[in-house]
Amino acid sequence: MKDTGYEYSVVRGFAFSALFWLIVGLIVGLWIAFEMFNPALNITPWLSFGRLRVVHTNGLGLGFGLAGIFATAYYMLQRLTRTPLPFPTLAKVHLWLFNTAIALAAVSLMAGMNTSKEYAELEWPLDIGVVILWVMFAVNVFAILIKRQEKQMYISLWYLIAMTVTIAVLYIVNNLEVPVTLFKSYSIYAGANDANVEWWYAHNIVGFIFTVPVLAMFYYFLPKATGLPIYSHRLSIVSFWSLIFAYLWTGAHHLMLTPLPEWIQTVAIAFSIFLIAPSWGSVMNGYYTLQGNWEQMRTNYLAKFFILGITFYGLQTLQGPLQGLRTLNAFFHYTDWVIGHVHMGTMGWVTMIISASFYYMIPKITGRELYSIKMANVHFWFILAGQLIWTITMWIGGIQQGAMWKATNPDGSLMYSFLDGLTSLYPYYRIRFAGGVVYFIGILIFGWNLIQTVRQKPATAEA
Amino acid sequence: MGINSKPVVFAVLSAMVILIGTVVTVFVPLFMPSTQPVSNYVKPYTAVELEGRDIYIREGCNNCHTQTVRPLRTEVLRYGEYSKAEEFAYDRPFLWGSRRTGPDLNRLGGKYPDSWHYKHMQSPQSLFELSNMPPYGWLAANRLDTSSSFRKTSIQGFGYSAQQVKQQIADYQTRVTSSNYDSKTTRDLVTPTNLRGELTEMDAIIAYMQKLGRDVKSLEARR
Repeated sequence: MKDTGYEYSVVRGFAFSALFWLIVGLIVGLWIAFEMFNPALNITPWLSFGRLRVVHTNGLGLGFGLAGIFATAYYMLQRLTRTPLPFPTLAKVHLWLFNTAIALAAVSLMAGMNTSKEYAELEWPLDIGVVILWVMFAVNVFAILIKRQEKQMYISLWYLIAMTVTIAVLYIVNNLEVPVTLFKSYSIYAGANDANVEWWYAHNIVGFIFTVPVLAMFYYFLPKATGLPIYSHRLSIVSFWSLIFAYLWTGAHHLMLTPLPEWIQTVAIAFSIFLIAPSWGSVMNGYYTLQGNWEQMRTNYLAKFFILGITFYGLQTLQGPLQGLRTLNAFFHYTDWVIGHVHMGTMGWVTMIISASFYYMIPKITGRELYSIKMANVHFWFILAGQLIWTITMWIGGIQQGAMWKATNPDGSLMYSFLDGLTSLYPYYRIRFAGGVVYFIGILIFGWNLIQTVRQKPATAEA
Repeated sequence: MGINSKPVVFAVLSAMVILIGTVVTVFVPLFMPSTQPVSNYVKPYTAVELEGRDIYIREGCNNCHTQTVRPLRTEVLRYGEYSKAEEFAYDRPFLWGSRRTGPDLNRLGGKYPDSWHYKHMQSPQSLFELSNMPPYGWLAANRLDTSSSFRKTSIQGFGYSAQQVKQQIADYQTRVTSSNYDSKTTRDLVTPTNLRGELTEMDAIIAYMQKLGRDVKSLEARR
């Protein structure tokens, strides 16, 4: 069976939606990065840091992240099952509703309609919208898997199944709330329980948006882009099951030394350390896949994205469990170190893998050649440099801030006021902003390259 | 492996695998009273304080301020007694935060007079030249909307009657608009003339900030 019948318009729609929300989210990110050292940009309530930070995280996590996942998922599902999408109209409605929901999310968050729970800030009517969108997606996922032409489900499909199931559980449980008005609700959980539910959610929503489906892309597009089969099928099985088992125990490492019962914190530390194993299972599987073919790092522009991407994933999954240890957490928590940690994952791992997947996929679905490989290389170096400037600056700033909070005089009194600690970070915030600009330029090049690709005349009939 | 060709079985199995950790570390603690103890020295928020808390949420203050003092020496030195679980029994949602761009606020209540807060909210830079906190003077230009106050306290389960809620709001209004209110001069300075006799969003958020940690402090004072 040839490509005929595959539904690609929705893949393309989601890919360009991802690109759009990526650019919007980064502009908001730059705006708030500037506010961190110059409060003059808090021009109106709608643009004040407290409201905009949430637009940044939701815009990129839900707007860019989910759209990128939906684009690649609709593509991988059809290819890996050799089956056209069972309900293409449903998928198109999904695309339009998705973009409407993200736009409403941005506007409502700027208007201050905000539940305050991180990455679950959307108010209850939008929560219901998100659940409906998820069901629309899940219907196609399971229908295509049941109707599939290919007997065995490839690794990427396992990750997509796990994501579909887990996000539904996470989102519904954490967003149970009692409406006060159309724009306001209260969580049904109180205090320590609310904190525990929230960080179970927040940790795992990051895991099942920024790790699990991105691994699905990695396992599919790395072999496709390099022409090399995944090194070990068995390792991928072990990694998969142990990853999804251990992930859900670890949320409380975000609540170290808070009034949450200590046993929950300790269990979270133990499972966080365990998580290094399945995470590095995928990292090693990626590295060994290139075994004997490392020249592709030079000759194949896509190999770089995947290998650097998985490297940042590997660093991320080492750094995370270490930050969860009580002693280190006491030092690093609440500082900019953690902000650096998060951004290595999002700007390094997630964006590199999604970019490379798009570079492979967009020409395939449109029957065109990529507009410019040279431009893709420039994009790569800009986002790599931008991300490194960004994250390393925040790590140094975080260490400095943590040390200043802890510093005492010989008589036992505090050496620095809180404000001393904050103002000493302004130089770092300026460098961080500059790193963000470099990164943003890279993303603009990426966007331009994709747009020019689809605007070209199609290549001759045989793609 | 056989299940790699059975998508429905695969999905059910993954759901079970992810639910094990969830049940043990999240669902079970929900039903253990020790996770969120309730103690009678911690009092629920008044209707005005709750409205102030909702403004705190609306403005995303939790994106820069935490509300948990950790049991660490320098932290207790800086902020005061470390946070206890029972203090949060009435917090729906919780507001512990995850980043300290600004200082922790869990022991803020009573630390400064109201006048300090009016001045600071109006212009953080007037008190701390290099502060990066956004100015919130415009809160004083917004009349406090108390139309859902009773519904809010009922949903929160504070147990006030409609009459009590009305009384709490009236009492607070009398307090801040009275001529012998100790922060009158500053309040008048930041509040537009037409709202000086009424409750503003600024009044409410300051009432909330003055509540933070107050019950623990008065418990300590009694010892």
